[in-house]
Formats: sequence, structure tokens, C-alpha cells
Amino acid sequence: MNRKKPDKILLAHGGGGQLSDQLIRRYILPRFANSTLAELTDAAKLNLDSKSICFTTDSYVVKPLFFTGGDIGKLAVCGTINDLAVSGAKPVALSLALIIEEGLAFDVLEKILDSIAATAKENNVVIVTGDTKTVETGAADQIFINTAGIGVRLDGVELGFGKIAVGDKIIINGTIADHGMTIMSLRQDIGFQSQLKSDCAAIADLTCKLLTETKGIKFMRDPTRGGLAATLNEIARQTSLGIRVNDADIPINPTVQAAADALGFDVLNIANEGKFVAVVAPQIAEDCINICRRHPLGQQAAIIGEVVETDDVPVVEMTTRIGGRRIVQMPYGRELPRIC
Amino acid sequence: MLQRIHKAQLLMDAACEITGRPINIMEVCGTHTVSIFRNGIRGTLPKSMKLLSGPGCPVCVTHQGYIDTVLELADRDDCLIATYGDMIRVPGKNGSLETKKSAGNVKMVTSSEDALQLARDNPGKTVVFIAVGFETTAPATAVAVKQAAKEGIDNFCILSNHKLVVPAMQALLSDENNRIDAFLCPGHVSVIIGYGAFRGIVKQYCKPCVVAGFEPMQIIEGLAEICRQIIEGKPEAKTIYTAVVTEQGNLTAQNVIAECFEPTDGYWRGLGIIPKSTLILKDKFSKFDALKRFGITEKPENDTTGCRCGEVLCGLIDPPQCELFGQVCEPQNPIGPCMVSSEGACAAWFKYNRREKRSR
Repeated sequence: MNRKKPDKILLAHGGGGQLSDQLIRRYILPRFANSTLAELTDAAKLNLDSKSICFTTDSYVVKPLFFTGGDIGKLAVCGTINDLAVSGAKPVALSLALIIEEGLAFDVLEKILDSIAATAKENNVVIVTGDTKTVETGAADQIFINTAGIGVRLDGVELGFGKIAVGDKIIINGTIADHGMTIMSLRQDIGFQSQLKSDCAAIADLTCKLLTETKGIKFMRDPTRGGLAATLNEIARQTSLGIRVNDADIPINPTVQAAADALGFDVLNIANEGKFVAVVAPQIAEDCINICRRHPLGQQAAIIGEVVETDDVPVVEMTTRIGGRRIVQMPYGRELPRIC
Repeated sequence: MLQRIHKAQLLMDAACEITGRPINIMEVCGTHTVSIFRNGIRGTLPKSMKLLSGPGCPVCVTHQGYIDTVLELADRDDCLIATYGDMIRVPGKNGSLETKKSAGNVKMVTSSEDALQLARDNPGKTVVFIAVGFETTAPATAVAVKQAAKEGIDNFCILSNHKLVVPAMQALLSDENNRIDAFLCPGHVSVIIGYGAFRGIVKQYCKPCVVAGFEPMQIIEGLAEICRQIIEGKPEAKTIYTAVVTEQGNLTAQNVIAECFEPTDGYWRGLGIIPKSTLILKDKFSKFDALKRFGITEKPENDTTGCRCGEVLCGLIDPPQCELFGQVCEPQNPIGPCMVSSEGACAAWFKYNRREKRSR
């Protein structure tokens, strides 16, 4: 039997035959070694500590596959963990589905699988089931990943828009727009060279600490696509309450701000991948900040605004650095770099 | 900072009191417009001071005939369109470049150099660079044309719609309906042309022309300087953006523009034909002129959308006064170019200033 490693993914690697088997047994299983996955049954059998679980899924397509601060593999694990985390759950297990374009270099695939395995291990989640498909050249862009995740809900934690009230404070665990600006700077058709780093990280450890050590967190969300602006607008829409934020209090890396200014982007609309926005009762806001700042992912945490009463259709309003006020709209699709 | 703002506000109040009527200041440049909205500057001004958004957004002043010409070229199999990002959504008569982008012959670039590289990389196609923008982007286009001539890159050409700022400001003032008391002059353009370029306007029309940068404090202090001039009754051309704007501007850039381009009468959306306001390639570079290369003429103006971008661009109305604004014309479905460009007055107004009353 030819033991030489193939260079590239072939269509047959997804055909269910010998090559598929090799791909799974040689490249995938050893990286995610755990007893549930090793059984290779059609569905994973899980014994959870609680009957109350959270379940989520997300698909990941990112270009380029590797970027400063992460890669599509890390993103696929962190993103799903984060969805569970902001729902008030402790992430336990993930599924992993790969859709691979014929011709993808095995080296690339292995790097991604290594990254998935390392990120899962760091965050104490196990990959318990999965799937691999291959598609013809051009039918996918190198690799698409889907992960679904199960988490156990933390005792006594109830999060939801319905709990939000006037006076509640809005917290974020660090700088905004790092991920989106990093990706945009690397995209060929923008060609903006800079020293930016994605914030791609799993925030469950921090959210679990916050939710277990304080009482009064009302709602959490990870401001991914659409950025902080989309998350705040969603809160305003769902609660019919206004949001007032203070520009000077929103943490931002100056390089990110400069890159966004150069391209004419609004940093509030740019994606984050290691952040949460929390709406909390005013009396615990400072405690939350202190807990965040003791954690590596919350060093620059800040109270950025509050929930307010409104007579108009609810909007997110920002107090600017010069004391002016402006509205923060729900972003509308794709941002385009400007001319000059 | 708050002290400086307070000082500026005192000057503004004094100027408004002296004139005894509202003061209308036009910010010419789209980047100023966005900064003004993004920083909530309008709300910090005296009620009798009004800011008008001017024609300084390159996308906004591009007329539909030009877009239709671009779209015609985009349909050709032998062409590759290289365009700045914010041009791709501008609607023409039949769709926009975005709708053509999926066909693969429209590429987004951030510089004329990128467009030239595209030509080097695609010898089988003619790359047409959509050369729009004011004096800020014109020098870079000129350099690319010269470089193409030098390297003998024959599959590169430009469809020039570069505009000149000063003729447009003059055209606005020559309209007897204009309400403009002073100009907050563009920062980027002035780096190239120098603040001395506005002296003619000051002399002919007695309107203060003050160049400011794009930080909110620069804008506020620029407005304060205008007010100081109004109070003293001595309009002048001046810069408070001294870090980068000189009296003469960038002579190297001016020279390269003069070497490659000559001004001709050109059509501006909303403003009509303005004499000597648009740059076309000189004869010695005519083989890089897309119109001449393909033997086509620019499509006639065909602005029948009913949108009032033109009046917005002249500072005659605010965007919400247009019947289409926020009803059918939105950033997702722009009818006029002022809603397409992130620097357009309508888009800025929609994004940063739109409120709706709760229906009860």
C-alpha cells in the first residue's frame, strides 16, 4: 500500500471509499482523539450533567484562510463556542463538518486541522462527530467549515432581551473592529498593508466567570458581522428602548482606527471575533469590569453606554468626543472603500 | 478641547448676531460631510448657523451618462474595468457595475497603480481605469498614464472624469439662488492645489474660504475662522490645516496634472455643464483615452430618476426634502449617487441623522 502522503485533496477523498477512510483515520481522528469520536458511529452519544442545554450552529467562510491572529479553523471553533458562551452556557462538545474544494493542498488542510484541535483543547471542548465532503474545483473556495455546538446552561442564569431595563449599563470586553480590519487589510482587492491582528478568541471562560460570580447580567451577544452597531441596534429594536453610547469610552486600537479612516469605514460596523457585549444591571457594572480586567480577554473592558427611555422609534445614539450626538444605524450590507 | 470648542462657539454666536440672519457655510468636501455627521457637529452649532453639503464627493457629481458609458465598456469581452470601490454601486440606466462584477470583468482597485498592474497581469485584455476624483486622485492617474507610456503598456487606458473643485465653487456662486456665505474648503484637494487657489473666489465674490482638516476640532476651528472673518468683514483665503496645506500646494503634482491633462467643459450631476471643470488627456496621451481607443462617445446625460441630488449638491435643499429620501432611496437601494457613496450627503444624513417618530 502506498504510504506516501498525497499532495492535494482529490474528489475521491469525499467519495466514501478508501481515500475517504484514509483521510478520516490518518488526518482527522488522531488530532481529535476522544472516545466518543473514535467509535465512528453515525451520531455521537453524549452524557451531559444537565438536562438544560444550548445548541447552536454556524458556518465559516473566510478569505484568506490564514490571517494574523488566527485562521479558519480557530475561527470555526471559537465562533461556535462564543455563540454558546453569550447564551449563558458552558460549551461542551462540537461537531465539525468540512466542505473541501478539490485541489486543496494537504499541508493547508493539516494546518487547519491542527489549529482546530489546539483551539478545542485549550477551551476544553471535544469534537464528537463530523463529516467531510469534497466538491469540484470552483464549487467552493478552498475550504468551508461548519461547526455545531452543545453547551450546558449555567445554573440560575437566564439571559434575554426581556430582562433589559432603562438604566442598565452596556459593557464590552475590549477593543472593537480588530478582526474585520485585519481581514480587509489582507484581501487582495484592497491591498492595504498594515500591522493588524484579529481578536479571534473563545470567550467562554470569561463569560462563565462573569455569569457565576455576579448576579444581574441581563443579556449578552458577540458582535461579529455588522459589528457593535448591529448588536446595539438589535438590542434597541427588540427592547423598544433607546441606547446611548459614549464614543470616547469605546476601546479601539489606534492602528485599527487609522486603517478604517483611510478606507472610509465606520469601525462600529466592523466584525469582531473575540468580543461580547453585555447588558448588565447598573449596580454590578463595575464588578463586571473588574472581573474582565483580571482575565486575559478583558484587559481593556469598558462600560460604553446605557439603556435609555425614548419617545421616538428606538435608536442607538452616540455622544461624540466633541460633545455632539449622532445616530448609529444598523449597517446595510457590504462596506465599500472610498475614492479619496 | 472643551475650552477650544467654547471659544469657537462664542465666535459663531457673535458672527450670527452681527449678520442678523442665518449664516450658510458650505463644506465642499465629502470627507468633511461625513466627519461633520459622524461627530455630531451640526448639533453643537448655533441655531442660526447652517452647514450645506457641497459637490465634493466624486461619486455624487458623476453623471449618469458617464456611468452608462462605463457599463457599456463592462459588457465588452475584451475589457477589464478597474474601478474604485464606491463607484461600483452607482446605478446607470441598466444596472450598476456591481451587477456586472459577477461576470468577472470588473475589478476593484484602490489606486491607479493597481489598475496598471492589472494591465500588466492581463495582457489579453484592455484595462480601462475609471478615473474619477478631484485634484487628489488626478496626479496618480497622470503618473499611471506616463508610466504606461514609458513601459509601452498598450492594453491600459483611462475613462477620465476627473473634476476640478474651484470651477464648481465658482459655478455655485454664480447661481443667483445660491445661499452660500462662505466655504469650508477641502483638506485633501488643498494639499495639491494650495489654499492660494481660492483667492480668486474671495476676490470675485467676497466669500471667506478656509481650508480645514478632517478631525472634528479642525472643522470647528475652521468654522470659527470663517466667523472671525465675517465679524471683521475681511474675507480671505486661509488654511488652518497648516500641517499639510501650503499656499502654493504640491507643485510636482500640479505639474504632472498639467503635463497629461487639459481642462475642458464638463457635465456635473446637478450642476450641469461647468466651463473648464473636467480633465481630459492631452493629445500626446490620446492613445490612453478610452473614448478614443474604442471610438465611442460618452452617453448623453440621462438623469430621469426624479431624485433631487442636484439640489442637494448645490446646498439648495437638505436630503430629507427630496421625496425619494428614505422612502425608495436608501443605501441598500440607492436611486441617486448621493446615497451610494459613503461620502454622499444623503448617505451621511441617512446614516447618522435620521429619526422616525414612533407610530402610536
